[in-house]
Amino acid sequence: MIIYLKNIFNDVGKVTLFTTQFFREVFTPPYEIKEFIKQCYIIGYKSLPLVTITGFIMGLVLTLQSRPTLAKFGAESWLPGMVALSLIREIAPVITALICAGKISSGIGAELGSMKVTEQIDAMEVAAINPYKYLVVTRILATTIMVPLLVIFADGIGMYGGYIGLNMHSDVTLFRYTSQVLESITFLDIFPATIKTFFFGFFIGMIGCYKGYMAANGTESVGKAANSAVVTASLTIFIIDMIAVQLTDLFF
Amino acid sequence: MIQEKTNTDSQTATNKNVPVIEIKDLYKSFGKNEVLKGINLSVNKGENLVILGRSGSGKSITIKCLVGLVVADKGEIKVFDTDITKIDTNELNEIRIRIGFLFQNAALYDSMSVRENLGFTLKRHVKGLSPKELELEIREVLENVGLADAIDKMPSELSGGMRKRIGLARTLILKPEIVLYDEPTTGLDTITSREISELLLDIQKKNKTTSIIITHDMACAKHTSDRLMILKDGVIHAEGSYEELEKSDDEWVRSFFS
Ligand SMILES: Nc1ncnc2c1ncn2[C@@H]1O[C@H](COP(=O)(O)OP(=O)(O)OP(=O)(O)O)[C@@H](O)[C@H]1O
Ligand SMILES: [Mg+2]
Repeated sequence: MIIYLKNIFNDVGKVTLFTTQFFREVFTPPYEIKEFIKQCYIIGYKSLPLVTITGFIMGLVLTLQSRPTLAKFGAESWLPGMVALSLIREIAPVITALICAGKISSGIGAELGSMKVTEQIDAMEVAAINPYKYLVVTRILATTIMVPLLVIFADGIGMYGGYIGLNMHSDVTLFRYTSQVLESITFLDIFPATIKTFFFGFFIGMIGCYKGYMAANGTESVGKAANSAVVTASLTIFIIDMIAVQLTDLFF
Repeated sequence: MIQEKTNTDSQTATNKNVPVIEIKDLYKSFGKNEVLKGINLSVNKGENLVILGRSGSGKSITIKCLVGLVVADKGEIKVFDTDITKIDTNELNEIRIRIGFLFQNAALYDSMSVRENLGFTLKRHVKGLSPKELELEIREVLENVGLADAIDKMPSELSGGMRKRIGLARTLILKPEIVLYDEPTTGLDTITSREISELLLDIQKKNKTTSIIITHDMACAKHTSDRLMILKDGVIHAEGSYEELEKSDDEWVRSFFS
């Protein structure tokens, strides 16, 4: 038990150091701009197909599932607005972040883990190149920026999915659907939801990097790093989401 | 500060017996596993020191301590007259630029082509190189290791021996004053090993480098060494020239040479 507690504190200490190092190094030159852009491309662009498919299905399914209940109360006209609200406030951010935790966090964990195990990170260090700057700062920055963009993209695709779902049973023009959606969303729906996606992005990158960077020797630790990156990142996303919702409740 | 540095530089250049590397009483353990138990060694300017020892005796750890990759538990590690255990990262990096380190498994950057692997360090430490000059430098070191046509390959497309030689090229690209080779010829055929040994000697002569060479390959040891050391149980067990150690009274020492 005591050893278990000691390990937890030990981990918390290491994560804190790892994170503060990010804030120390992100503002000081040299800036690894080329690597940052490459990571944005890998993290953002290459996740597009996955986010498109899940976003579309979320919107479609949400519409189809909510329709019967709303129809009972004769409130079918609320359907577009309701779907848009649930998508923007909760479902698109969380599902997209979870997908990214699965794809990006594990990818980064495995990549940095194998670089660690095969001494590539050590090689940068002895070449007097700061591996934290080159590998970690660029990746955390890229996820922090790309995950919110992916979420906004998923919002849009999800609403289009909702439109298709709605048209399976009734006949609504895209224009009318859009105006119904826009009528029901306010700034307060978008703003807090967008803020939290930056945190999702930050932690997805940070956890992947941390797990990879701390990988022990031996090839099996690469798999472990990737695996525990996904688990930890997913859990963290739920916790952040809970905190974000509580805070939003408090302030708005 | 700057004046002091240039002063020591010119001193080492003129005086051949000034040690460039000096390790005193180096200790390192991993948990209960005591790997180094008081290593003492020094390497003079322009000298090739070969370190021998059984697998797992701590040879790699010793040179990793020397560049600050592994933090020693205790002891003094002087490189160019600076104790690297007592300086901050920036100062350490200034020293690291002057040291080349060949990893046992080459440690090529998997995500980069051979060209990018070599250019990576060069671009960051030699300012104001035009793309053309960069390309010329890269081609030159590649030609030195006999792999000029591998420039566009990815590390995954190279054989073990080719990786080792690209690693060697990457180590030498900044023309370091000290080179630490961790098993430069292991896994290479005898002819290539011989060529690599020749290359090490060439580099030593041309750039006046000081080197530590870890090896299991006695032909390479014989060919390149000015002095040998044998590591056993965490300390330097024996030291001398190849001929001296070959005729040692200690049977364990002699067993390396048969
Ligand atoms: N990161 C580490 N964590 C724990 N123990 C380690 C670590 N690195 C090395 N060791 C231990 O230190 C000892 C010496 O390792 P080292 O790599 O220096 O051996 P070596 O002399 O280079 O052997 P070889 O000839 O096989 O390369 C080994 O017993 C190894 O188990
Ligand atoms: Mg070794």
